[in-house]
Amino acid sequence: MAASSELIARDVLAYLQAHERKSLLRFITCGSVDDGKSTLIGRLLYESKMIFDDQLTALEQDSKKVGTRGGELDFALLVDGLAAEREQGITIDVAYRFFATERRKFIVADTPGHEQYTRNMVTGASTAELAVILIDARRGVLTQTRRHSFLVRLLGISRVVLAVNKMDLVDYARERFEAIVADYRVFAARIGLTDITAIPLSAVHGDNVVARSARTAWYQGPALLEHLEGVEVDAALSRAPFRLPVQWVNRPNADFRGFAGQIVSGVVRPGDRVRVLPSGREAHVARIVTADGDLEAAVAGQSVTLTLGSETDVSRGDVLAAGDAPPQVASQFEATLVWLHEEPMLQGRSYLMKAGTRTAQATISPLKHKVNVNTLEHAAAEKLELNDIGVCELELDRAIAFEPYAENRALGGFILIDRLSNATVGAGLINFALRRSQNVHWQALDVDKGRRAQLKGQQACVLWLTGLSGAGKSTIANLIEKKLAAQGRHTYLLDGDNVRHGLNKDLGFTAQDRVENIRRVAEVSRLMVDAGLIVLVSFISPFRSERRMARELFAAGEFLEVFVDTPLAEAERRDVKGLYKKARRGELKNFTGIDSPYETPENPEIRIDTTSLSAEAAADEVIARLAAVRITGA
Amino acid sequence: MKGAAPAPAPRLAPASLPGPLTHLQRLEAESIHIMREVVAECERPVMLYSIGKDSAVMLHLAVKAFHPAPPPFPLLHVDTTWKFRAMYEFRDAVAQRVGMQLLVHVNQEGLAAGVGPFTHGSQVHTDVMKTQALKQALDKYGFDAAFGGARRDEEKSRAKERIFSFRSAAHRWDPKQQRPELWSLYNARKRPGESLRVFPLSNWTELDVWQYIYRERIPIVPLYLAAVRPVVERDGALIMVDDERMPLKPGEVPAQKKVRFRTLGCYPLTGAIQSEADTVPAIIQEMLLARSSERQGRVIDHDAAASMEKKKQEGYF
Repeated sequence: MAASSELIARDVLAYLQAHERKSLLRFITCGSVDDGKSTLIGRLLYESKMIFDDQLTALEQDSKKVGTRGGELDFALLVDGLAAEREQGITIDVAYRFFATERRKFIVADTPGHEQYTRNMVTGASTAELAVILIDARRGVLTQTRRHSFLVRLLGISRVVLAVNKMDLVDYARERFEAIVADYRVFAARIGLTDITAIPLSAVHGDNVVARSARTAWYQGPALLEHLEGVEVDAALSRAPFRLPVQWVNRPNADFRGFAGQIVSGVVRPGDRVRVLPSGREAHVARIVTADGDLEAAVAGQSVTLTLGSETDVSRGDVLAAGDAPPQVASQFEATLVWLHEEPMLQGRSYLMKAGTRTAQATISPLKHKVNVNTLEHAAAEKLELNDIGVCELELDRAIAFEPYAENRALGGFILIDRLSNATVGAGLINFALRRSQNVHWQALDVDKGRRAQLKGQQACVLWLTGLSGAGKSTIANLIEKKLAAQGRHTYLLDGDNVRHGLNKDLGFTAQDRVENIRRVAEVSRLMVDAGLIVLVSFISPFRSERRMARELFAAGEFLEVFVDTPLAEAERRDVKGLYKKARRGELKNFTGIDSPYETPENPEIRIDTTSLSAEAAADEVIARLAAVRITGA
Repeated sequence: MKGAAPAPAPRLAPASLPGPLTHLQRLEAESIHIMREVVAECERPVMLYSIGKDSAVMLHLAVKAFHPAPPPFPLLHVDTTWKFRAMYEFRDAVAQRVGMQLLVHVNQEGLAAGVGPFTHGSQVHTDVMKTQALKQALDKYGFDAAFGGARRDEEKSRAKERIFSFRSAAHRWDPKQQRPELWSLYNARKRPGESLRVFPLSNWTELDVWQYIYRERIPIVPLYLAAVRPVVERDGALIMVDDERMPLKPGEVPAQKKVRFRTLGCYPLTGAIQSEADTVPAIIQEMLLARSSERQGRVIDHDAAASMEKKKQEGYF
């Protein structure tokens, strides 16, 4: 801003007009504390006059108090935020910084570089158009440099600035700089990064940060800020075919029906033919409505409201797309996942997937491999832990319009949400649709579930008995089935131990195997319910998430969760099969209640307290409930 | 209506093919996207309206986001009863103009106990009449999402705040509960009782806000513009004598000075600056040439280095 001070003072209106035309560049900085990243950002803020006198006074005080530069201005302190990280002396989250020059406004995603913070880097990179990768000139290309570059590439950033910092500590030596750059280019080419601008810097002394430095006379390229101001912001999205994920349907009255959303690629004009996905219906754009009047055209990045020429069924989650170049629609994908949560990703578990404005149910199966971000090697894996990256197949409960992430971030990027905690647990990039989803169609049958059950004089349902090992599930289930048989009902009992001898004999007792165990049993019971049977499932089924997944396979009223409630101490006292003793001795791993959790049902349809009710009485109660909800009535 | 309507700004001629968006266009589109996501995914959103310039911009964006429908949520003003009189006049006029429901909430217990900045100090006053009052109001109406006008550039601890900031059922902000925000995908899911604070202006700077007010001709409270006002100087801050509740110290006589305010809060806690800037461009001019930050006028920030972070954990914005 310094150079413009004169213009601001003389003619502020002219300044404002120029400022209004500024573009915006979002970039990310990657590097560790030791690379001088905070110092570099602090320096950029300082040099672009984003630091006011009162902040500068505070900085001077802080520099003396906690600075690392012997009382001199420590720019890193300008960007250290939370008290917790100040105390630890490290940055622990993504911070966003803002500064502006004559030509541009900048938003910097400032992310820490430690290995455990892949999550943060991926978050910061997701909205960035360029990456500044810092290297300490004394240390050269490190493992973390490779990791940062890989993540930058993964998240679709094609422009990289290689900031070789601390040149002052290697005497501004050209050879050192060139050796590092050559080394880096070899690696970058391997992962497909080619648009690289390398700049020798000293953030501490300000060399080549804002202006070219006399101390690197051998360097002919731009200073960092000069480069950031000039680099072309990607216009490719405006040239791509039109896509708009519908966010909200605007219906103020019966005469107006507008589809509001942000255009993620292309241009739209009134009269354009658009296709509504996934339904495939077509319509013409009637108006582009904004509060400032109708537009003749709208382009990628704008938030608009469209009206269509004919009454067309469109709702949130649909995508409006160019009629002659619509995106694909599919329900099964190969995707790259970045795990963001302490709770690991389990194969077979179902998560909520938010992609664009659509939320769907997604099941991960299978996980193909994990990627080592340091070596780029692939390794077989059964789960993803925090900061792990893996490639998996993903199965959705519905078809969605999408584009591969590499072609369109907005239609190819998604987040995964845990269905119980509601936490954002994963981020994903769609690679491509799986062929099988395009070719397998649901076969409509004439004899249906209702008809089959009717022939048996009953309504099909599943009684899902859950509880600790030794709670009495199998005993009670057996009694219920006997009583139902006596009534002439058609039943089947799926018992945990028995199923593990056949269908599930390939599964063990790790968390992911338990998830798969339940998934299979749930699917089998669904088929049996479809056949018109009353199905009894007697499984520990320790996780709420899987019981919920099972529940959602069934129609309302078909799934009855029966919580066989026996306190752990009591189950352990009974220890019919001697398993608790083994588990306590450490001979049995992952035993529910001992070293693997049992998540108590929150709202079971039926709760049986086995400390006050005999197995016989419990079975009678369940039978009574079935009659009450008319499963066995009439 | 009351309020300073800036002179018409020269606008960019609409190009036949829209070129790359300017920074203000991108910020506007992002804010609108955020607001629509909240309306689509939350059950009872509300917009916290503080009468200041950031609220003015946020409200203007809301009108744009849902046009031609009115914004589908009410405005909520958490009233400490110590705002400038000009702010109250402006607030009522605005609510009428945009045709939105305006809810005003006062912490009645605090009022009954006589809590005020002069008697209880800024910390107690802010906690009781603002932080506690806000929680009361959110609970009373059962709002599950509240738009706030906070920006990341305001203060260091805000640089890491999410756009969708998650609050427990007790309205607490827990750094561990905050969700990563990738692309423009916001996770608005929550359990009953939990809520979100949503900051559509997260990526705006003070300059962006002023530039946008100028470009869009958004009405603002006249206190932002310089005028001759009665003030007394206390601890280096110019405090305006806005009503008879302000106790004058012995010998203290209000002086008539040409002043304006960079931020607006409770009048006893908001310092004025001497200024000649009586138009929006002149404010921008002064701001760009001035050398002190916006929050300097706010008395509450000076408490401790990490004071904002503590306040945020307690439920204050």
